[in-house]
Amino acid sequence: MSTDYSVVGKRLAGVDEKDKVLGNIVFADDFVMPGMLHAKVFRATKASARLKKLDVGKARALPGVACVLTAADVPHNESVKNVVGQTTEVGLLEAKHQVLVRERVRYWGEPVALVAAETSKIAMAALKLIVAEYEDLPAVFDPLEALKPSAPKIHGNNNVIASWKLRKGDVAKGFAEADVIVENTYRTPRQEHAHLEPESGVAWVDDSGVVTVRYAAQVIEHYRDIATVLGLPESRVRVIGTLIGGGFGGKEDVTVEVFLALLAWKTGRPVKLTYTREEMGYGRHKRHPYVLKYRTGARKDGTLTAMEAEIVSDAGAYVYLSPWVLIYSTVHSTGPYLIPNVKVDARSVLTNNIMTSAFRGFGGMQTVVAYEAQMDELAARLGLDPLELRKKNFLKTGDVTASYQEITSEVRLEECARKALEALGEKAVASSPRRKVGRGLACCWQSYGRMTYLHDTANCWVNLEMDGSAVVRSGIPDLGGGQRESLRAIVAEVLGLQVQEVHVISTDSQVTPLAGTVTATRALYMSGNAAKLAAENVRRIVAEKAAEMLGVRPEVLEFRDKTVFSREDQGKKLALTDAIKQCLFQGKVPQSLDTFRAPFTEPITSDVIKDPVFPDFTFGAQAAEVEVDTETGEVKVLKWATAYDVGKAINLNRVEGQMEGGAAQGLGFGLMEDYLEKDGLPLTWNLHDYLIPTSRDVPDIKSIVIESESGKGPFGAKGIGEPSISAAGPAVANAVRDAIGVRVSHLPITPERVFFALQGREKA
Amino acid sequence: MAKTETYNIRLTVNDRPVSASIAAETTLLDFLREQGFIEVKRGCDKGDCGACTVILEGKAVLSCLTLALQADGCKVYTVKSLGTAENMHPLQKAFVGHEALQCGFCTPGMLLAAKALLDSNPHPTRGEIREAISGNLCRCTGYQKIVDAIEAVSKGAYR
Repeated sequence: MSTDYSVVGKRLAGVDEKDKVLGNIVFADDFVMPGMLHAKVFRATKASARLKKLDVGKARALPGVACVLTAADVPHNESVKNVVGQTTEVGLLEAKHQVLVRERVRYWGEPVALVAAETSKIAMAALKLIVAEYEDLPAVFDPLEALKPSAPKIHGNNNVIASWKLRKGDVAKGFAEADVIVENTYRTPRQEHAHLEPESGVAWVDDSGVVTVRYAAQVIEHYRDIATVLGLPESRVRVIGTLIGGGFGGKEDVTVEVFLALLAWKTGRPVKLTYTREEMGYGRHKRHPYVLKYRTGARKDGTLTAMEAEIVSDAGAYVYLSPWVLIYSTVHSTGPYLIPNVKVDARSVLTNNIMTSAFRGFGGMQTVVAYEAQMDELAARLGLDPLELRKKNFLKTGDVTASYQEITSEVRLEECARKALEALGEKAVASSPRRKVGRGLACCWQSYGRMTYLHDTANCWVNLEMDGSAVVRSGIPDLGGGQRESLRAIVAEVLGLQVQEVHVISTDSQVTPLAGTVTATRALYMSGNAAKLAAENVRRIVAEKAAEMLGVRPEVLEFRDKTVFSREDQGKKLALTDAIKQCLFQGKVPQSLDTFRAPFTEPITSDVIKDPVFPDFTFGAQAAEVEVDTETGEVKVLKWATAYDVGKAINLNRVEGQMEGGAAQGLGFGLMEDYLEKDGLPLTWNLHDYLIPTSRDVPDIKSIVIESESGKGPFGAKGIGEPSISAAGPAVANAVRDAIGVRVSHLPITPERVFFALQGREKA
Repeated sequence: MAKTETYNIRLTVNDRPVSASIAAETTLLDFLREQGFIEVKRGCDKGDCGACTVILEGKAVLSCLTLALQADGCKVYTVKSLGTAENMHPLQKAFVGHEALQCGFCTPGMLLAAKALLDSNPHPTRGEIREAISGNLCRCTGYQKIVDAIEAVSKGAYR
């Protein structure tokens, strides 16, 4: 272990970072084209209604307006997609989407018409001239109400759009064996991604007739969705991704790209569309709010005997990725614990709230809130130390989970939890008698890589130039997590180059080999492995030639500092450039296009998950110390530590950055953030009413990077993007519980909720 | 649409003279971006996020809450005034060295908020650093490495 790498594992100052501090990055909204139009979206102001009348005549007639589009103008306005791996109970799910409202409005803010005009001012004026008349339809906003047979139906005949179960052992027997059983219902918030960069892009039809959209794309494969809506061959649509100003899943589903393509296609002119901050609120999906009813039993010594859970997620008005989010919840619902008897029933249900879909943590993290609170409640009831109780139950390598997946990588949970707690140091003394200090621990597991029944692949192309520099071509978008910097480091490591000598061309659907989405903590695992494969193949081509030139075996050759030398006889060496030139001269081009394939499994055919769903898991822990004002309910976070086994850190700075950023975003989830709606009407559109953590809300964060080198990614790496957030909210929730002795089970833990909890009163 | 009255303004941006005829309601953010200073970012247009921070007459201000007219005759500095690729400002070097950024969208505003702090208070405490950048939201980093980077510069590193 701990192989000596020259690039990997170091604190690398990336190439992109320099351009970022110099102000050189051309983000999506920074891009302009001559003759460019400016677009705006006209949105419904009803949560559930029939669109009786839509009059865009006056808007179209306004001077300076180039185009107003309604559903009737969209070639393929409605789409129905079968969701792979959907449950049999609900039936093969037909996820229905509409680009623009044709007849029925299902959530407040649903897009109804598109305007493109010479200036954004004119486009705004045109929006005011559009007349829409609605007839109210019955609506449902509470997911538990939406489950009832009498509830209004959002689509079709059933509001339940996904249902997954875990069945292991016999929970009745397990609870009979328990000395103590704790039962509680937890609620989690509708979190907004709140990336700093709004959704934005520019579209045009290029001089070969290709509809081109340059936008902040988390998934460049959306060129296919655009082609479907426009009725064009996929080869006639191109997505050029930009460096993204934060995504976190917010730019994973379709946002501006289809609107942009429609307007450019219809007008033949370049068009820009950038969402306002308000529109990011009511125009884009959020994290699913969950209701989690948990019952957990343990013996006196802390050994778990049974766990039973009912989980309901609010999918909002459209299906989006809800069934996938729910399968994450179901698989992760036990926590990283070996429990002999498990029964979990999870459902996702449609409502007239804003749609919910991908967000860092993807259904896994809501369950951490419940299972980690349960662990602390059990520990309190049994008089055990929270870590001791967890240690009795941690999964180990070789264990089989309640979803019947064997754990194949290392599980360093005990080390993570211990080090996180130790990093908090001495417990603080309360600053006044009315304030109480407490600390909390939360452990978690989170998969990395997509569901294996999706048969995920990533492609990458690497070549060496004549001057010894390398070029990488990968479709991978960079959200800011350093996705393309990682490829630079991996290829530099394999070919013995400096990172500056590797150029990455990324995120262009017609230029770069597709590498798949930057979602599901899959980017490093998938595109990193693909880049490593391609770089190794390029190295092999050069090594064979160099071996021939030096009269040695290719296996003994090392590549370092643009020199190829024999490990056995360092006198036998030549310049990398000389080897490359010889390769080219003899037609052996030092280039390779490779595909990395994740493990493939069959689609799940039963509602009960009985087969492995994910390639592997990342394990970790976070610990927080808080001070709670028992008079006002205010929670001040004093200390924070986060510890994860990342397998192998490719860039230590970036790994810590993920861990710290995840902790802060999870702190927001735990204490501050909830996108509020009143009967479907959004209430928190702006960043002054939807508050995210500032530099004063977040304490110093200690990051502890543990490297088991046991992951499935390059050099034994696991994924860290999503795992980094999952344990944060639950850790702070447990800290508040420790401070005040009362459980606040509804996140975020606002001062109001703390206040009422202390008074023994429930407050929704 | 009714013809709006326009006003002529003259100012310097990064020591370069800029003049234009603008409508009274034009914000400094709109003005700067229209003039090509796209390094000034629009994150919310409401004064909530700090991404549009520029330095106006020595003070860090939110350009989305400042009228361009208010900058008439003034000196405005964007992140491009700090340094170049060959000659980076210590704060820029520190942000790279500490990886005090991820997506980079808040970075131009964050750097200017940090510069305004160090110009007026060269040796701030960590608490003062956190206070000074509390109007600049970052969703990626958790602020840890940003505070570390600013503190390092205040202690003489990266000079």
